[in-house]
Order: sequence, then structure tokens, then C-alpha cells
Amino acid sequence: MKQMDKTRLPALFAATLLATTALVTWSAEAKTLRWARSQDATTLDPHSGNTGPNHVLGHNIYEPLVIRGFDGKLVGALATSWRVLPDNPSVWEFKLRPNVKFHNGNAFTADDVVFSIKRALMPAADMKSLLVSVEDVTKVDDLTVQFKTKGPNPLLVNNLTNLFIMDKEWSEANNAATPQNLKEKTENGATRNANGTGPFTLVSREPDVRTVVKKNDAYWGNAEYNHGITEIVYRPIPEAATRVAALLSGEIDYLQDVPVQDIARLQTAQGIKVEAGPENRPIFLGFNIGLPELRSSDVKGKNPLADVRVRQAINTAINRDAIQRVTMRGQSEPVGMVWSRFINGYDKAMDTWPKYDVAAAKKLLADAGYPNGFSITLHTTNDRYVNDEGIAQSVVAMLGQIGVKVTLVAHSLRVHFPGIQRGEYDFYLLGWGIPTFDSHYIFNDLYRTKTPSAGTWNGTGLSNAELDAKIDSLNSEVDTAKRNATIVDIWKWIKENDVYAPIHVQFIAGAMRSEWTIPTDVENTPKMKFLGASRS
Amino acid sequence: MTAFILRRLLQSLGVLIAVALIAFLMFRFVGDPVNQMVGIDTPQAEVERLRQELGLNDPVLVQIARFIANAARFEFGISYQFRLPVTQLLAERAPATLELALVSAIFSLAVGIPMGVYTALRRDSALAKAFQAVSLVGVSLPTFLIGILLIYLFSVTLGWLPSFGRGQVVKLGNGWSTGLLTTSGLKALILPAITLGLFQMTLIMRLVRAEMLEVLRTDYIKFARARGLKTRAIHFGHALKNTLVPVITIAGLQLGSIIAFAIITETVFQWPGMGLLFLKAVQSVDIPIMAAYLMMIGFLFVVINLIVDLLYALVDPRLRATIGSA
Repeated sequence: MKQMDKTRLPALFAATLLATTALVTWSAEAKTLRWARSQDATTLDPHSGNTGPNHVLGHNIYEPLVIRGFDGKLVGALATSWRVLPDNPSVWEFKLRPNVKFHNGNAFTADDVVFSIKRALMPAADMKSLLVSVEDVTKVDDLTVQFKTKGPNPLLVNNLTNLFIMDKEWSEANNAATPQNLKEKTENGATRNANGTGPFTLVSREPDVRTVVKKNDAYWGNAEYNHGITEIVYRPIPEAATRVAALLSGEIDYLQDVPVQDIARLQTAQGIKVEAGPENRPIFLGFNIGLPELRSSDVKGKNPLADVRVRQAINTAINRDAIQRVTMRGQSEPVGMVWSRFINGYDKAMDTWPKYDVAAAKKLLADAGYPNGFSITLHTTNDRYVNDEGIAQSVVAMLGQIGVKVTLVAHSLRVHFPGIQRGEYDFYLLGWGIPTFDSHYIFNDLYRTKTPSAGTWNGTGLSNAELDAKIDSLNSEVDTAKRNATIVDIWKWIKENDVYAPIHVQFIAGAMRSEWTIPTDVENTPKMKFLGASRS
Repeated sequence: MTAFILRRLLQSLGVLIAVALIAFLMFRFVGDPVNQMVGIDTPQAEVERLRQELGLNDPVLVQIARFIANAARFEFGISYQFRLPVTQLLAERAPATLELALVSAIFSLAVGIPMGVYTALRRDSALAKAFQAVSLVGVSLPTFLIGILLIYLFSVTLGWLPSFGRGQVVKLGNGWSTGLLTTSGLKALILPAITLGLFQMTLIMRLVRAEMLEVLRTDYIKFARARGLKTRAIHFGHALKNTLVPVITIAGLQLGSIIAFAIITETVFQWPGMGLLFLKAVQSVDIPIMAAYLMMIGFLFVVINLIVDLLYALVDPRLRATIGSA
């Protein structure tokens, strides 16, 4: 940790220096931000797909009730204040921002919020998975709405940060009252057109080629958010080498998804700087502890991973510093749990990992009855996380040192993810983003017993009724202190049981021409309206 | 003649059904489309529901039958990722691919034929040797690498040409978008067209060279020389003309593969054509796009083959007799 801070200091200093010089020349001229990343939004329909690229584009044009800044902090957008009703913990009340207009001039009211939330709850809307707890949305008056949840949900507001509000009148007039259904043969009005309240208005949209937005002069927040951008041209470039070349040749200003191997070169390139920082996404290995016998191991009749000492041995044999230094070229931060420091429930004291020690790991294996190790297959993606296959290769080599013979299977996320969900792997690599910034999101999908509605990504076979009860209690506990105590309890259980071997939190890097300063967004969805705030 | 064309078209139906069959058998190994469509925190029950709704749980044969029945009516469904009709998506991308293919085909002919002639006539000159060396590069370097090298030379280092995209396009009446009418569009076309056409160019150059050398050895060229015809007339009026018959055949067939294999060039240059669309579809398991694209390419090859066969008949009277009576 110390070492990394030292190397990052000069870069930070340089960035600040450049930022100050940029400030001087800023306000006078019109600014176009030419922005490229690896993939385009699949649609402009804000409720159709729940994916990062869709939200990135959506945040320019549309607005949610509440929004997260670059640092992950919650700020009001279309809502000015929100609370749980004191006399009824199952009802959230949002006060809406007055005098807000949609891009076509329509006034924004509670009706639009009710319409949008109900639209996002429809079967064809992917965003509904964030609203499972919502029973009903009602309008109290023109600037007040209430969400009624199925039992108390203290975290509802965290789920609304990417839930964009559409104009009811416009949507109904333009064949966009429901999200695109794949059975329909006609194009939905919201797929390529948009009418939001956001800081930018849509100028043109060519899917996969170019999307242009220009500054919304009637935006309510223009005084508050002085981003200085007059136009954004957003272009997806999937091919990494071309993406980097386009930045070097000056055809684009800002590049998201910078390949790790190019960071060093871009840092030294004239007129270009790189901003890197941790994403809210831990990367870890999962152990299948539920099977009576592993499918890929030479140990028959029993499951070595079911023994916590074996899991500890593997945890001890992984040299996280080496992975950070060599495989990741410094672009990661080791973690001791499947979490990140941005979430509610994070505890620095618990964020520790066993010291890399081959002898100790060998002893643990011998104690568990495997002095000569065993064989096993590790499954990993090769197209999802930063250097995912490289990490897995390092793990294979490290485990070889303690006699665990690992066969590596690297494949596409399209094959890998369904495999995890079906519980087909003995040992696998996975990463987990935490959009609600709360521990429950980790527990519910990775640690809870697998059912059709929970434990979706729990490929470990872990099933512990006591743990499940604790996890489920977080859903409705409104007393924050009590809730946080349960979270600590659960993390303690996790620490003792090592069902996963956490590796690191990966960094995301953005590169830009030096007149720009766009910090790393912990959700990897930079919202350009906050740029002014970050410069001052 | 009509019977011949009809029979060939009927055969092509068989080819297309075979393409659909193989495609659908392969799709099962590309991965799970539903996983790509929904957010990461979607519960399993919801994933199952969507899979059922899209008919992905049906036996493969039922899926194929349904696809063919729809395809017969030009119904290719809605793209899983873009939520737009597939026919519309392909139609929007077609101009980019066709313009690129056409320009690179012209490039490969316009440069390849003169180079081939020159290397055949002046076999021992330094320039001919240089051409031969260049052609070796064109044949042996993968398209991907050539594209990247050109980008680094002409975009990053020299800054003359754009590294990606299609530049400014102009919409013509019926939705055809062309980049041929603007300066930025033309500039953007240069690097991808060279990248895509380089292999064909070398192929044509080598073909012309070999054919020329062959023809120059024949008796009628010797007689022409003996008659005292001008060298220019012998080389271009007699030798080259006889060389071009196989060249036209190959070039025609190659046009199909230029369109079909523009995928890599389109990816490197972010060229918004059908190949890029297909590659993205593979990445996100967008079965409707993949199926429609493969069918279209299959159809394209069938049609080009048919045209080449008919051209043969036009060029060679001996074939005309067999086709006519068949």
C-alpha cells in the first residue's frame, strides 16, 4: 500500500497542476468532448437494459431521483429530499424538484415519476430487478411521491440512482409507454429518441457509431454544475489498439476502458494523461464446498474444498502483492474480503488477508490430509475483468508451489456466467460490482442459499440457514445501528469460513487529452455534469 | 438457360437451409443469450421466464424450423441487444460495407493488374523485385496487423488520415448513406480500403504475372512477334486480354469474400458496417443478427457463383452448349 501511494503522488501532483492551468483557459471557449469507450449503449430506452454503458449515456440525457457523484456519494437530482415516513417504515417519500422542464418543454411532475417507476416495473423492463421490493408508487401532490414497499426497505433510495425519469406525455404520444418487447415487430419510440430532463439534449443517435448530445440551456442545474461542455460526441470503439490510437492521434479527447498494458505508454505520451482509481468491484475465487465429491479432482469420495483448512491453505498460497505488481502492473488494490472500501459495512480492521507463506500453506494442506496436494480445474473468464486470465494463470502457478495441480479453463463470460449460475464449477474466478454500495448486495447474491430469487451467483453450494436468516433480516431492518451490527456479524462469519478467496479490487483507468480532467468514477459511469465541481 | 438458372436457384435454397442448420447447431456453443440481455442481479426465475418467452428452451430442430419459416417471409425478428428489427439494422449497415468492398475491389484491380503486368514484362528489374517483396508482405501479414500498422503510421505518427470511423456521411434519398461525397468520408475510406484490398491485390498481381508469363510463351504471341507487330500491341492487345479471363473470374469470386470477410477490417477501423455488427452480435450472443447475417452471406455466395457460371458461358462457347442442353 505504502509503495503504491509513493508512485501515484507525482501523477496526482501533475494532474492537479494541469487542472489549475486548465481552469484559467476554461470558461471562454465552447467545448466539445469527444468521448470513446469499448461498447455502446444497447438502447436509449432507460428502463430496457440494466448495464453500465446504457446508464453512462442515460445520465447525460435523463435524470434519476438521486444520483451518485464521481466519489459514489448520493446527491439529489430530480428529488430534493427523501425520507422514510416516521409512522410507516414501509413508505418512502420523495420531495421533487420544482420548475424542472423536459427537453421538449413539458413540465416535470409527480405523474412522470409514477409513470416511469411503473414502466420500469413492467415485465419487459430489465430495471425491474432493482425494484423488486416496490409494491406501489403514488402521487401525493404535484411535487411529492410515495413508494410503498413490501415490508420496510431501508435501502430503496440506493436502488434508484440509475432509474431514469421519462416524460409521461411524450412517452405515450411516441409509442414508448412500455419498454421494447422482443415479441413486438415494431421499433419502440424510446429506443433511438429521448426526452429527459438531463444536462444534455439528444442531437443524433446512430447505434454503435456515434451519439451526439448538446448542452441543455434550460437545465435546472446549469448554475450549480458549471461543466463548461457545449457538446459531447460519444463513439464506441471496441478494438483496444484502435481506441488508443484514436486518442494518440487527437481524434478523441477522453477514453474510457484503457487497456492495462497501454497505461504506462499513455502516461508518457505528450499531451495525454491518465486517471486511474479503484472500481467498486472486488475480484475473487469461489470454492465449491457443497459437492460431496469434486468433478475435476483426483480426490475421490470426498471434497477437499469442504475442509476450511484447504481453503485457508489456498488463501495463504496466493501472493496478492505479486499479482498486483506483476499481473496488474499496479492497477489494483488487494482486498481481504469480497468487498470494496466504498460500501456500507466495510471495516478496515477486517480487510486483511493471510500473509503469503508457502510453508504455512503446505502445513495446512497436510493437516487437512493432503500432504501431496490434489488436482482441480479452475474456470475463468478471459473477456470480462481487467487481466482476468492473467490473474488465473498466476494463481495456477502459485498453487503449484503447494502441490495443488490446477488445470485452467479460460472462456468467454457468455459461457462462464451461466456455468456459475448452474453451479457447474469446482473452482472459479468472478468479480462483483456493488451498485447499491451496501453489504447486503454481496451477501444476497454470493452467500445466500441458492433459490430462484436469491443466491443467483452463489456457485459455491454454500447453504447455511442461520446465515440466510441473518441476510434476510437486513431486507427489512430499519434501525440502522441494529442493521449494521448484523452486517458486522455476517462479515465475521465470512472471515472465518473462507468460502471465497478474495484477490483484489481492480482499477479502472481513463485517459484524456491534458486539457481535460475527468476523475475515475467508482461505478465506472462518469457523469459529466459533475466535472465543474471536481475542478474547483 | 432459364431451366439452368431455376435449377441453380433451387439448389441455393438447399444451401441456405444447410447454412441455417449449421448455424443453429453452432449457436448452442456461443453461450447464453439471456445472460447477455439482463442485468447481473436478475434473479434466476426471471432469466428462466425470458428464456421461455424467446423459445430458447425448445428443441434445436423446432427453433430452426421456426427460423426458416420466418426467414421465408423476410422476418428475422428483433435484435436481442439493440431491440431493433434485424432487417432494418442490416439495411442500415449495408451501405458502409458495400462501399468499402467496392472501393477495395477497385483498388486491388487497379493496382494489382498493372503491377502484375509490370513484374511479368520486366521480370529482372529492381522495381519488379520490390513489387514481389511487397506482395509477399500482403499475402503473409494478417489483415489485423496491416490495419494497426497503417493506423500507427498514417494516423498517429503522421496525422494525415483518421484512425477510425466513416467520417461525415451524406444520406441519399432512400436511406442509402454514402461517405463518398465528403472529404472526411473519402479520407476515412483510404486506410480500410487498402487494408481490406491488400490481400486481393497481391493475389491478382501474382495471378496476372503468372498468366502473363504463360501467355507470352504461347505460339500466337511468337507469331505476332514474327509478323512484326508493335510490342505494345502484343503485350496489351493480345497477351493481357487473354490473361484477363481467369482474372475476372477470381475477382468476381473474391468480391464475395471481400464483403464476407470485411469483419476484421471493420473491427480494426470501427467501420460501421455489417461485419462489425456481426462481430458484436457474436460477442453478445445476438442470435437473430447472427442468423440473418450468415443467411445473407450464404445467399451472396450462391448468387455470385451463379453469375460467375453464367459469365463463363458467355465467355466460352463450349460451355454454352452444355448449359443450354442441360
